[in-house]
Amino acid sequence: MSVTAAAGAAAAPAAPLYRKVGSIRRERRWALIGAYVALAVFVVFFLTPPFHMLMTSLKSSAEIADLSNNPWIVRSPTLENYWALLNHGSYPRHFLNSVIVTLSTVAITMVISLLAAFALARMRFWGSATLATGVFLTYLVPETLLFIPLFQTIGSLGLYNNLWAMVLLYPTITVPFCTWIMIGYFSSIPKELDEAALIDGANHFQMLWKIFIPVALPGILAATIFAFTVSWAQFLYPMVFLVSSEQMVLTVGIVSDLIRGDTFQWGMIMAGAIMAALPPLLIYAFLMDYYIAGLTAGATKG
Amino acid sequence: MADGNVLTAPAPAPVAVAPARTGALRRLARRRSTLAFVMTVPLLTVIGGLVVWPFFYAIYLSMLNKRMTRFVGLDNFAFLLSRETFQLVIMQSVIFAVGAVVAKALIGFILAHVLHALPAKGQRKWRGMLLVPWVIPPAISTLAWWWLFDPSYSAINWLLMGIGAPPVAWLGEPGWARFAVILVNVWYGAPFFMIMYLAALKSVPDQLYEAAAIDGATGWQKLRYVTLPMMKNIIAITVLFSLIVTFANFDIVRILTNGGPQDRTHIFGTYAFQVGIQSGDIPLGAAVSLFMFPVLALLAVFVLRDVSRRSKEMAG
Repeated sequence: MSVTAAAGAAAAPAAPLYRKVGSIRRERRWALIGAYVALAVFVVFFLTPPFHMLMTSLKSSAEIADLSNNPWIVRSPTLENYWALLNHGSYPRHFLNSVIVTLSTVAITMVISLLAAFALARMRFWGSATLATGVFLTYLVPETLLFIPLFQTIGSLGLYNNLWAMVLLYPTITVPFCTWIMIGYFSSIPKELDEAALIDGANHFQMLWKIFIPVALPGILAATIFAFTVSWAQFLYPMVFLVSSEQMVLTVGIVSDLIRGDTFQWGMIMAGAIMAALPPLLIYAFLMDYYIAGLTAGATKG
Repeated sequence: MADGNVLTAPAPAPVAVAPARTGALRRLARRRSTLAFVMTVPLLTVIGGLVVWPFFYAIYLSMLNKRMTRFVGLDNFAFLLSRETFQLVIMQSVIFAVGAVVAKALIGFILAHVLHALPAKGQRKWRGMLLVPWVIPPAISTLAWWWLFDPSYSAINWLLMGIGAPPVAWLGEPGWARFAVILVNVWYGAPFFMIMYLAALKSVPDQLYEAAAIDGATGWQKLRYVTLPMMKNIIAITVLFSLIVTFANFDIVRILTNGGPQDRTHIFGTYAFQVGIQSGDIPLGAAVSLFMFPVLALLAVFVLRDVSRRSKEMAG
């Protein structure tokens, strides 16, 4: 706003000669109004489904079934859907499973990618450049290309319908990208730091632990959030490999438990969805800036 | 200090010091690269065992008969191509990916510009709200869309009724169902484009715009001759990357329509799941997903080219 005002103040005295300058000011104000209108339209579009999700989750079954009401607002809010989910059925089990799988995947991913990224960024060896490219290419391989052969493999390993198969499979999606961003962060650390550490007699693990990890902490945070998001949201692998309710994670559990034939318990489905969306929403609310910085590192020119 | 340089660049300084300890240095270098290799072994295991190997196994599987007892060559691929349903799958995958990515890129571009024009202190709040669709796992948020599109309780139809429009069978009619799956994908993916473009916009130096303004450029000319050339590379990377991800999508279509009505919204991922896992024809399912490979490989080549060009630019 101050920019607009300054431009206007500068332009005003010279109005007759440079009428174009005055129009820039008006143009800017209209641009700003247009910007807010566009933002409002898209915010409404983007927030409508979560809003409706929340409203439905607060309704009783009777209120949902009553077609004469406005479906967008809740008249007598109730927490019975949440209560029912948390106290009966297998929703808590699914939530716990999601937490177990996600935390294990994040831990495994970070160990694998930190070691590999350190080696690829700093300790060149035969084929390391090719391998770095290969890591990036692997990131581009979607899981829809691989789930059928993996179905056979997991079956023959005896891990079909086993939660731990997810911990085995999720790193294939998370490790390549995490390694890739960590290579970027590690490469940006000045070589002088390694040299100083070497002179002080540090070995490579001490160098990784005492220098690289602390210095690249924002990158590590971004990679961790990525691994968390992907593991929490993964849908295809649980859909293919998990069939019994006690092994399921949230993404598949909500649907499979709350839809019996033609009966949809929409209130409970939406309550379950809200609670399942909460962990990633909370993480982003606090750590969004780190994640975006890590993700867009390639988009900004250094 | 010396061993830090010896492998990367043949700098003259270390050589001058080296002669006396050449043997020790070489041994150190060897040990260093061995250690480096050991550190990448877990990565190699994951990639080799769970990505590369399954890929070749998929090719093998796709050439077997349904009961996996006999080698049938390319029969599965030929059979699929002759099926009308599969031709629809190919067409729908292309419509879905191209339609959704174009819309996502456009919306992302507009939103990035709009956000960039805001005063800095309001930006964070708006950006946070606009990122919500991208933060909720799509398998979860698609449930909300499914409910919004419900045939008898659709809240969208309630609004349409309010303005006097007839209700729409969102997921029951092929045309609308195709629109619905694209809409949900756009809703989920547009924020990603927005933050990528916003970051790119912020990195365009202000001097360029000032210079353009002095030369009398209009807003449109600034966009055309300053912004777009500066963002060309990042636009290419995000569009190509998103084409890959969208083309290989699974969750949105699976939850929203499960391929229906009459297989009109099936894309490769969901059709492969239906054929391979639900109907138990593993080889045919493997063949369905392998049909994605040529397109994905081509896109990946372009992504790789743009990414390496970008890193060269950044290094230089």
